[in-house]
Amino acid sequence: MFIAALLAILVTMGLALARALAGPTTYDRIAAVNIFGTKTVLLIAVLAFFSGRGDLLDIALVYALINFISVVAALKLVTRGDFHSSDSDESEAN
Amino acid sequence: MIDIVINVTLLAFLAITAVATLHLTNLFAIVMLFGIFSLLSAGLFVVMDAPDVAFTEAAVGAGISTVLMLATLALVKRPQKPYYAEAPRAHRPWLPLVVVVITGSALVYGTWDIPGFGAPEAPAQTHVARYYIDNALQETGVPNIVTAVLASYRGFDTLGEVVVVYTAGVAVLLLIVGGAQKRRPGPGMRGDQMRPNLILHVIAKFVIPLIILFALYVQFHGDFGPGGGFQAGVIFSAALILYALVFGLDVAEKIIPSRWLHKLAALGVVIYAGVGVVPLLLGGNYLDYTLLGSNQVAGQHLGILLVELGVGITVASVMLILFFAFAGRARK
Amino acid sequence: MIIDILSWICLLAGGALGIVGGIGIHRFPDFYSRLHAAGITDTLCAMLILLGLGLQAGWSLAAFKLALIFMFLFFTSPTASHALANAAQHSGLQPRLDSDEPEVGS
Repeated sequence: MFIAALLAILVTMGLALARALAGPTTYDRIAAVNIFGTKTVLLIAVLAFFSGRGDLLDIALVYALINFISVVAALKLVTRGDFHSSDSDESEAN
Repeated sequence: MIDIVINVTLLAFLAITAVATLHLTNLFAIVMLFGIFSLLSAGLFVVMDAPDVAFTEAAVGAGISTVLMLATLALVKRPQKPYYAEAPRAHRPWLPLVVVVITGSALVYGTWDIPGFGAPEAPAQTHVARYYIDNALQETGVPNIVTAVLASYRGFDTLGEVVVVYTAGVAVLLLIVGGAQKRRPGPGMRGDQMRPNLILHVIAKFVIPLIILFALYVQFHGDFGPGGGFQAGVIFSAALILYALVFGLDVAEKIIPSRWLHKLAALGVVIYAGVGVVPLLLGGNYLDYTLLGSNQVAGQHLGILLVELGVGITVASVMLILFFAFAGRARK
Repeated sequence: MIIDILSWICLLAGGALGIVGGIGIHRFPDFYSRLHAAGITDTLCAMLILLGLGLQAGWSLAAFKLALIFMFLFFTSPTASHALANAAQHSGLQPRLDSDEPEVGS
């Protein structure tokens, strides 16, 4: 049963990787990396149960958090152009 | 059987990602692919039953490295070209390809003689590893052998690593921030947060304290499970980086001023080295934790705890120094 | 026994939904619809797989950690999708609407 889940997760990761390689816009790539991160979390969680080591769940937890941070960082770069410009004109034009 | 499938699949993805990294010319896509690369490496480490390494790879590779590379991309690509412009394609390198193929084949040929993965007669398993596995628990009282080896048996190496991390922080400060610190203009400028995205703000406020709590858990649980100072420091700094990304760099710098970061980074190294000096004063060797407590196990416990704390403080501060240096540089 | 069957069902359903989401990412025509497909894998697929694992774990620390993982994914993945869509919208990426398609047959 874990084997089926593992195979399914690996297939999904492959599809997400293909989208990350092929995505015409940058947002496609960021979305694909987000999916890849979530699938890695699930892969590590299933592997934790499959191999019987319960402490691997900590790694899955860390990944769930870190994935969010890297997506936010990528978005910040994409919307701002850098991490440090002012958005005072944009928020007025909003 | 399933192990082979997982290993082959993950390694195939790794190879595809590596080749794609070479072929693509869009730098932003390459940074995203690096994130995927380290995710895959962490998965492989988990399959190879090395949770501490997977932990560090997960925290550093997908979090900090990606953020720093994106910050560098922001520095390099402004203001003329937008960040997603294509880099010029290089000429075809045939001679380096031949050299690489020959060297690679020689290396692969050299691995034919190596004993299999995890084989009991491999040199890595027969010498000191057996001693550690047999004796680490009763000599140090710490169930996680990796932490015991890192902090106690190989304490000098870890001291060197902490000093290297600190030196990297100092080097970045010297190179990037340079001489005079430019004071930022007053609070009139709203700053550089993302467009006031209410959902992101609320969720970030909810998630950041949990990440910090988790970093503390990883720091002190490193004795019993995967974890320890390095991972905890990285996770802690990731939480503060998230805060800086969502709420703005100057708000984050008010919370943790740079002066404190410089002092904290040095403080971690001082804690580590200081824990080593105390046994010297008590008549033993440098970094001999046995003299720190009433008996050997208590001393080892205290020594490992303090040493990991020093590591965590230095790593967290240096990561934040790096982030603020890279991200704060791109000022018009 | 019942727990095993339930666990099987949850894991298989979660895996199948993940694959469905993965195919969706490929076949959908533009970014916003792909984001929808990605959203399925982030929330429902993750929930089913974690639920299947949690049923196997019983009442233990592992189940608590699984619940924590699910809670984090539940809060942060939709936020990331929202932020992505927001950013794409404000940078001018237009969704592909039905009114853009040329009339077929008619």
